[in-house]
Amino acid sequence: MDDDKKIKRRDFINTGIRLGIGAGLGAIAIGLTTRSVSGETIWQLDPSKCVQCGNCAKSCVLQTSAVKCVHVTDMCGYCDLCSGYLHQGTKDLNTAAENRLCPTGAIVRTYVEEPYFEYKIVEELCNGCGKCVKGCGSFGNGSLQLQIQQKLCVNCNQCAIARTCPAEAFSRVDRKTPYLLKGFEG
Amino acid sequence: MKRKTQFFTLLMVISLLTYNVLAIQRFPKPEFESGYKVPATQVTKIQPVIFVYIDLLVFIGCMSLITWLVLKKRSRKAVFWLSLFSLLYFGFYRKGCICPVGSVQNVALAIFNPEYNIHFTAVAFFIIPLGFTLFFGRTFCAGVCPLGALQDLFAFRPVSLKPWIRYLLGLIPFLYLGLAVLFAATGTDFIVCRYDPFVGFFRHNATWLMFSIGGALLLAGVFIARPYCRFLCPYGVLLNLVSRVSRRHLSIAPATCINCRLCENVCPYDAIDKPTGLGVKNDNRELVKKLIIYFFITPVLVVLCGWTVSKYHEDFAHVNFKVRLAQEMMTIDSKSETAVIPTEVTTFRSSGQMVENLYKEAAAIVKRFYIGSWIMGGFIGLVFGLTLARLTIFRYRNEYLANKGNCLSCARCLEYCPVKKGPGTGD
Repeated sequence: MDDDKKIKRRDFINTGIRLGIGAGLGAIAIGLTTRSVSGETIWQLDPSKCVQCGNCAKSCVLQTSAVKCVHVTDMCGYCDLCSGYLHQGTKDLNTAAENRLCPTGAIVRTYVEEPYFEYKIVEELCNGCGKCVKGCGSFGNGSLQLQIQQKLCVNCNQCAIARTCPAEAFSRVDRKTPYLLKGFEG
Repeated sequence: MKRKTQFFTLLMVISLLTYNVLAIQRFPKPEFESGYKVPATQVTKIQPVIFVYIDLLVFIGCMSLITWLVLKKRSRKAVFWLSLFSLLYFGFYRKGCICPVGSVQNVALAIFNPEYNIHFTAVAFFIIPLGFTLFFGRTFCAGVCPLGALQDLFAFRPVSLKPWIRYLLGLIPFLYLGLAVLFAATGTDFIVCRYDPFVGFFRHNATWLMFSIGGALLLAGVFIARPYCRFLCPYGVLLNLVSRVSRRHLSIAPATCINCRLCENVCPYDAIDKPTGLGVKNDNRELVKKLIIYFFITPVLVVLCGWTVSKYHEDFAHVNFKVRLAQEMMTIDSKSETAVIPTEVTTFRSSGQMVENLYKEAAAIVKRFYIGSWIMGGFIGLVFGLTLARLTIFRYRNEYLANKGNCLSCARCLEYCPVKKGPGTGD
């Protein structure tokens, strides 16, 4: 008889706590969902803040970073002496390895017509180090820009590169505008 | 006169326009004679939004199914196959990054920082398992959590741990939860995601350190079943607490337990409570005395732990980017210019922001860390006190019962119970 009463009291307390927790969870759910954003957000970096420090290549959780160089072709000047493709102060304007700025050889240069050349990024080779971006930005048009290639990005809860970015260029953006390229039309 | 003004305005407009163009485009796009067309900029497409909702639906489906399998169907085999599915879907297919374990931090940040816009799926992934646990026990751990499912595959030779080891190691998750909330609430870092030991396996991609930590945990898991779930998981803490008052729970015997002792040693997580002997009940007086002592010790522990942890608030704050930057700026300002200047500092200087604002912001963050570390320390002290106090509470049992807090509802014990379902057969 005594044990029965005890069990009933315990049940009563448990039910009370359960209701309390339930109410708390409900309050959190309602409070946060009313404030929550409607569209899903993804990580992207703002090229206008980027300082090409090279952390993108090192800090991503993926062994080859999801940040890649993107070539905004509309802005390109098609220069023969491309400061994103060639080292500063190279003697000969050719594709010899010692003249090329990209450490992984991810930029392919093809002849278009005198004196213009087309530059293309091989995404599989690019490691997002930003050396070409720095070169292009300092002497050229700035048509080479770093961006997270959204197909590769695993969209971590907290971006590992954002944690180490000295310029705080990383932020979550709306899924509808996944790229933040400068001077990009269409 | 009028024409002259017009001319000058036109000239000014043109010069402004050309100046602008020159500023952006040093070398204008050439006009090709060979008919060459400028190729489009290469950017990869993103998965459509609908996948987010599919994930949520699959998650709710899995939660309902596992609960039914554990409580009604009582089938270990089915639980195993569902956990394998969760491992493949949430782990290897979705790369482990929609997970309730990490959502604790999103919720903490959203509560403490109203400017942070949390997405509703993060809220849903946080709430749904807790809601299910409130009614049915930790069924989420049994077969939906990919981290748990991965470790469960490795539990070949589980050994029983001594209770004092379990109690001691069981305090680590509270500490981890406290730190996770502290760093998340101050907007500093998401440490649970950063040090997730198994996500590297899901992505086939991690640093060697994280791989070796994950591998070590899996190897340890051969003997100490599910080490991350039991002695690290910060979300498991919440589930454990909620599960203790759950409305229903997995029961080992479908009818009355016949004390056959067949299930006694089968739980790999030491989560089966044995029946207590009748004689123990008599020392109640001694225990009550201890309980009263602990009741007075607990507030002392709270203050002591709070004070201890708050001593380290500056070290914690140093993890924050803004605080670190401010500190670097200060040391560089006081030193000579010849010292090596870090990239952060040069970037900050070239961005043209005010140093005073940075210092102000950093000071505010450090203050938040001070308050936060007091709260966290107090919380740890409270957990210490209550853990001690709980040792004194004695509950009489005359049957083998799953410990509602620690039981992960894996349903292994159910296979060993000879009691058949149905009225009258058990008695």
